[in-house]
Amino acid sequence: MDTLAFPRTHYLNAEYGLKSWLLTTDHKRIGLLFLGAISLFFILGGIFAGLIRLELLTPPGDLVSDDTYNKLFTMHGIVMVFMFLIPSIPAVMGNFFVPIMIGARDLAFPRLNLLSWYIFMTGGLFTLYAIVTGGVDTGWTFYTPFSTLSSHSNVMTAAIGIFIIGFSSILTGLNFIVTIHTMRAPGMTWFRMPLFLWAMYATSLINVLATPVLAITIFAVALERALHMGIFDPAYGGDPVLFQHLFWFYSHPAVYIMILPAMGVVSEVIAAFSRKSIFGYKFVAFSSLAIAVFGFLVWGHHMFVAGMSVYGAMIFSVLSFLVAVPSAVKVFNWTATLYKGSISYQTPMLYALGFIGLFTIGGLTGLFLASLGVDVHVTDTYFVVAHFHYIMVGGAIMGYLGGLHYWWPKMTGRMYPDMWGRVAAVVTFLGFNLTFFPQFVLGYMGMPRRYHAYPPEFQALNVLSTAGASIMGIGYLIPAIYLLWSLKYGAIAGNNPWGAKGLEWEIPSPPPTFNFDKTPVVTEPAYAYETREK
Amino acid sequence: MAGKVDALYFFLVAVSAFFVIVIAAFVIYFGIRYRRRAHGEVGMKVVPSLALEIAWTIIPLGLGLVMFAWGAQIYFNQTRPPAETLDIYVVGKQWMWKFQHLDGRREINELHVPVGRAVRLTGTSEDVIHSFFVPAFRLKADVIPGRYTTLWFNATKAGRYHLFCAEYCGTKHSGMVGTVVVMEPNEYQAWLAGGGGEGSLASQGQKLFQDLACITCHRADGQGRGPALEGVFGSRVSLNSGQVVVADEAYLRESILSPSAKIAAGFQPLMPTFQGLVSEEQLLALIEYVKSLKGLAPSQPAADTPGGPAPGRTTPARGPQSPSERQRQNPKK
Ligand code: HEC
Ligand SMILES: [Cu+2]
Ligand SMILES: [Cu+2]
Repeated sequence: MDTLAFPRTHYLNAEYGLKSWLLTTDHKRIGLLFLGAISLFFILGGIFAGLIRLELLTPPGDLVSDDTYNKLFTMHGIVMVFMFLIPSIPAVMGNFFVPIMIGARDLAFPRLNLLSWYIFMTGGLFTLYAIVTGGVDTGWTFYTPFSTLSSHSNVMTAAIGIFIIGFSSILTGLNFIVTIHTMRAPGMTWFRMPLFLWAMYATSLINVLATPVLAITIFAVALERALHMGIFDPAYGGDPVLFQHLFWFYSHPAVYIMILPAMGVVSEVIAAFSRKSIFGYKFVAFSSLAIAVFGFLVWGHHMFVAGMSVYGAMIFSVLSFLVAVPSAVKVFNWTATLYKGSISYQTPMLYALGFIGLFTIGGLTGLFLASLGVDVHVTDTYFVVAHFHYIMVGGAIMGYLGGLHYWWPKMTGRMYPDMWGRVAAVVTFLGFNLTFFPQFVLGYMGMPRRYHAYPPEFQALNVLSTAGASIMGIGYLIPAIYLLWSLKYGAIAGNNPWGAKGLEWEIPSPPPTFNFDKTPVVTEPAYAYETREK
Repeated sequence: MAGKVDALYFFLVAVSAFFVIVIAAFVIYFGIRYRRRAHGEVGMKVVPSLALEIAWTIIPLGLGLVMFAWGAQIYFNQTRPPAETLDIYVVGKQWMWKFQHLDGRREINELHVPVGRAVRLTGTSEDVIHSFFVPAFRLKADVIPGRYTTLWFNATKAGRYHLFCAEYCGTKHSGMVGTVVVMEPNEYQAWLAGGGGEGSLASQGQKLFQDLACITCHRADGQGRGPALEGVFGSRVSLNSGQVVVADEAYLRESILSPSAKIAAGFQPLMPTFQGLVSEEQLLALIEYVKSLKGLAPSQPAADTPGGPAPGRTTPARGPQSPSERQRQNPKK
């Protein structure tokens, strides 16, 4: 075995100093800037979640006041959705790897990319300001007329923050679309692209098309709050439910902004750790696009009890069943990929397999919510809370962590202790299920969501849930420790520690500033493991 | 209804469990069978199968459509109350539930209903959106300011059931809870007899109709400046714009709060708005009163023909028969 050496110059030591980071246009450095920012936001959102779970340990609202509780779940939602999940995989791993995986030196618009980060930080700081100066209590959904007429908290500051963050998503999306269209290396045809790129492409489409609607919606709320325009206020002829249509027109696709990238990561990891090409490559690729397109047509399934016409509801219901099909197709194809593979169980693979399990449960419980008759009972209860956490935490965050562990050696040049990685993945998986599975039962029993106090018969399951959350917290803490540790003490990774396929594994770790000495030429499809001679 | 919802629910649980187990079984089996045994080993070539792809697209699709049809059918029934119902009004407000029975009784956070009778609730909100949720009845609907929502249930077992607000509505959202008390018919009778000195809801509405001077324009003889309101509820009203609308609760509400929105044909838009002058509850009383005004010519007392609309009317299924009369008469049956 040849000894591995750390490359002498790479993107991390090419320049030093704060300025070299704050003014960088290197997509890899910008990816790390995002990583730093969203990690802090994740910790913040996690602290809010911890306080919520502590409060719910006992039936009466005794730990924090009702207003404080309402602010906690609002800010947990806002921080986790807008400041962590939506940027997470695209802004960190997308930024770092989209150019490398297509064989390019950078994104199409490097300066725009840096601007994205600054916009994100500005929006994030606005929202943080809203939090430290008293917080928001509208729920992350900002439903009118509560948010326009009734709430006295910092609604506008937080909303402006989200409005600003939206532009960061739009610019990043635009950058990826243009890059993937125009900067693929010779031989890198669309159907030779790794599936992560297809996922990034589909996500970017949603970002560019849906985020403006969010901006418009927030703008309308601002007009309403400031000028009483009567857009949502029935006293002036407005319609409060109109807000929900606008909000979910963005926020349902936003669910796919969060989950599609994780699906992309899972495709990479499963292929790499079973050393096999993805079964049904084209089906997986096109299912990403199908999800992106159909995802725009199902927003009404959030409003089945909000006075929608019966036939309108039926249309949204049937479309929601349709959008579930491409997700199912992906799960089946990943499973089939394992067949006749050469499977190893390093940390990223454990996260990817965890993703398949949790996402499957999350997706299947989505069918309950798409079924009209059942939705009436379980909507706005803990069933919904459990369902979307299975998708957004069990799915998106498992995918995020899987990707982080998969590409960490490439990003930093060093390995983390794989044993600890595996422990953390298992602990997270178990803690997650203990936290959220009981919530399905709670929801079916009728516990409404966003309840500060609850009837005593719900306590046992809530205690389980809080216990699970503590375990999950530990599962997140362990990687935080060993990943930081690895920066200095980790073993040297070498170009390709996993024996994986893909352009990113052909260059040094960490990569040089311009990624490739000379433009690579691609001659084989993605994941051509089987043809490689030993 | 709860039984029907649960049947679908457990069908979904079964299908989900099946898929989770099958997928897990495959992952575990492949995971063990094809674990890496040698350092440089790679996967074997597998010929992709179009038939397989089609199968696992079509099967979930078919299952999904079955679930859809089943769920839609339940939903359809959930939203269609039977013709004969006991009507009660609900007003949600930060942070309480207010109920108005047609006999004039009011309740807060507690709702008494008899067992075995279809109860139809017409609800609205005074401020923000709330959601009326009785888990035991698998019943939920948002009450929305400026609109009427209807929901219905038929409780099959006496007892006390949780009532929750399921749509986040501010500080005391989790305190906006109450109890639905389902009583045996005779107990319910006794409960009914025990309360309400204010007269029926319609008679409270009648008093308001006089106090707010509606009566000066709306006279039974049709000689006022506004149309006579006798028999208007449930009928088809021609508007100045040429449209024809059915005068349901929402129409009456709009006529009182924003009269200029729809002008009855042949009249001038001179009715003042009562927006801000009447509370949601007064509005319901007024509406109930207007509903109780029988048409002059062909109508018969509605209570004589329970179970269907009074003959000789061109009205939608629910019929204009005054529920207030039903309510007053039924206890004596
Ligand atoms: C100044 C006279 C006036 C007063 C006072 C008045 N209305 Fe009217 N109302 C009218 C006129 C004129 C119309 C028909 C034009 C229109 O549709 O606005 C009308 C229409 C209506 C309608 C619709 C009837 C239909 O056939 O479509 C209802 C219901 C109604 N009024 C209820 C009330 C109630 C309840 C009050 C008291 C709170 C009231 N009105 C007070 C003049 C009046
Ligand atoms: Cu949705
Ligand atoms: Cu509420």
